[in-house]
Amino acid sequence: MSAFLEVEDLQVRFRTEDGVVNACDGVSLDVDRGRTLAIVGESGSGKSVTSGAIMGLHNRKRTEIHGSVRLDGEELLTASDARLRELRGKRMAMIFQDPLSSLHPFYKVGRQLVEAALVHQDVSRSDARRRAVDMLKRVGIPNAEHRVDEYPHQLSGGMRQRVMIAMALINDPDLIIADEPTTALDVTVQAQVIDLLKSLQGEFGTAIILITHDLGVVAETADDVAVMYAGRVVERAAVRDLFHDPKMPYTWGLLSSLPRLDEVSADRLKPIPGQPPSLINLPPGCVFRPRCQYHQFVPGNLCDTVRPELDENAPGHYARCHLTVAQKDELAAARLATHAKEGA
Amino acid sequence: MGTYIVRRVIAMIMMLVALSIIVFLMFSALPTNPAALTCGKSCTPQVIAANAKRLGYDQPLYVQYGQFVKGIFVGRTYGSGTATFECPAPCLGYSFFRGEDVTTLIKERLPVTMVEAIGACILWLIIGTLVGILAALRRGRWEDRTAMGLSLIGYSFPTFFIGLILQYFVIFKLKLMDYPSYTPFSTDPVAWLKAFILPWITLALVYAAFYARLTRNQMLDTLGEDYIRTARSKGLSERTVIGKHALRAGLTPIVTAAGLDLAALLGGVVITEYIFNLPGLGQLALRSVIESDLPLITAVVLVAGAFVILANLIVDLLYAVIDPRVRLG
Repeated sequence: MSAFLEVEDLQVRFRTEDGVVNACDGVSLDVDRGRTLAIVGESGSGKSVTSGAIMGLHNRKRTEIHGSVRLDGEELLTASDARLRELRGKRMAMIFQDPLSSLHPFYKVGRQLVEAALVHQDVSRSDARRRAVDMLKRVGIPNAEHRVDEYPHQLSGGMRQRVMIAMALINDPDLIIADEPTTALDVTVQAQVIDLLKSLQGEFGTAIILITHDLGVVAETADDVAVMYAGRVVERAAVRDLFHDPKMPYTWGLLSSLPRLDEVSADRLKPIPGQPPSLINLPPGCVFRPRCQYHQFVPGNLCDTVRPELDENAPGHYARCHLTVAQKDELAAARLATHAKEGA
Repeated sequence: MGTYIVRRVIAMIMMLVALSIIVFLMFSALPTNPAALTCGKSCTPQVIAANAKRLGYDQPLYVQYGQFVKGIFVGRTYGSGTATFECPAPCLGYSFFRGEDVTTLIKERLPVTMVEAIGACILWLIIGTLVGILAALRRGRWEDRTAMGLSLIGYSFPTFFIGLILQYFVIFKLKLMDYPSYTPFSTDPVAWLKAFILPWITLALVYAAFYARLTRNQMLDTLGEDYIRTARSKGLSERTVIGKHALRAGLTPIVTAAGLDLAALLGGVVITEYIFNLPGLGQLALRSVIESDLPLITAVVLVAGAFVILANLIVDLLYAVIDPRVRLG
């Protein structure tokens, strides 16, 4: 059986003055109803480009998009603009990073919600407004009857993000793409927003793609994780497998750059040395090779010349790395051992 | 909002007072003796001295200024005895050169300038914003390049050049119309309208060029905003996204610019009025300078300044209405 959303070998290229940017290079993902897929990676790794491509938000004239995106079996990349407009907001909705700049500053929040409802539902304006107030209550906005007539700048950051969520949910979409929904918020508000998304997912059975660079949020929320680097998915696994048994040096780096409260450590956090490669001139082999400390374990110059495939290392656990599974286990064990020693 | 308006009006009055003092002082410092303008060719030093005394020009400056201000509010009386004449409030002065009171002169000329400026403003706003929006939507394509190229040319040419070229082609070369002469609306509405057509087009072309560029940049900025992406992700049609969400935000700064430009024009459109022989404030200002008619110059500058100051207030208030984030206080 195929998943609710299937992305297969998605390629997104932008033409710029400096050359062609390979923002997204062969990304494959899937997510089912009621499940949450987290896409993690640093800035410029292609997370948001991927979500934009799924939503059909890229300008088709200036962007080259190949591959396949299927929502409930329907191909989106070849769908007409009109069809995409029908689906956007109705079957798939999006929540953006900065709720202040993502809400129109000149329109009352109610109007923006009503507008979202009216495009897709055949209801009267007053019904749509009732629904807007309902949704605002649903996402936990106190005094929703009054708040509905306020402008975005009159609300707090957390309230604004709740408004964004209410707006995304107003047409009961089957898929929500949340692009760094908590990045612009205070830590305490972050937790509230994540809890809200989770509980709404439980209620509506929505599929969620959560784009984030916050591994803490991932561990708390996601069922599956895809790690992206330089426009490619470099590791994909269930959240438990990824955190406990990562199979890719980049993921190792990400995890050890994470502060932990459960371990006493005299060390500083370990950043991954180097910079992500330019997406205009990608290295021919493994994109992570220039920053990878483990390439000497791979025979020959495979890492420099051959692009690793996303191989299944364990059931449901895929990684894009030339190291053998045995080598990875060995290296991971050694890593943990030194880590424990340093911690002690 | 109420207290804000009161505060702004008080500030506006203070600004006008300051402006009037500066203008008054500036013209008093000129070597021209205003009393010498009262007698023309028959002037002898004795007559000038007598007239200066009669008209109060022998008084200290602050007394003269006091009389000027008093004239605005309650009117004033020039001279004494049999040669007395009344200048009723609001009296902005008396032009001895023309033998008319300045307020009347300005009252006659102001409507002409208003029609000229407002008509041109409507025209340039329509042309400028439409071209700008089109250029923004067709960014980088031939429509955009053509529009921006033309507007650069329009923007680079001075008013007198565009005005004269228009005049040459429309009137002398193509003979599309006779050389228009201003006729009051009540006498002949068609002739009245004809007199304004070329001035409108001249001004509109110059300003439309600027507004097209301004609108294009504003629209491009707005189209890149996050809330436009949100609007698209809601599934709104491109027409709603651009026609409502983008225009509403993109055109707001245009309102400010238009208000201030219009106000500046209301103070007199010197060159255009001169070229097309429109009896407006600009022509009056120009004549008054050539004739060293100090009372008239003072009054015209004050009126023009008042328009700019008033327009600033109106634009600020309007902005608060348009943009809910702007809170006046």
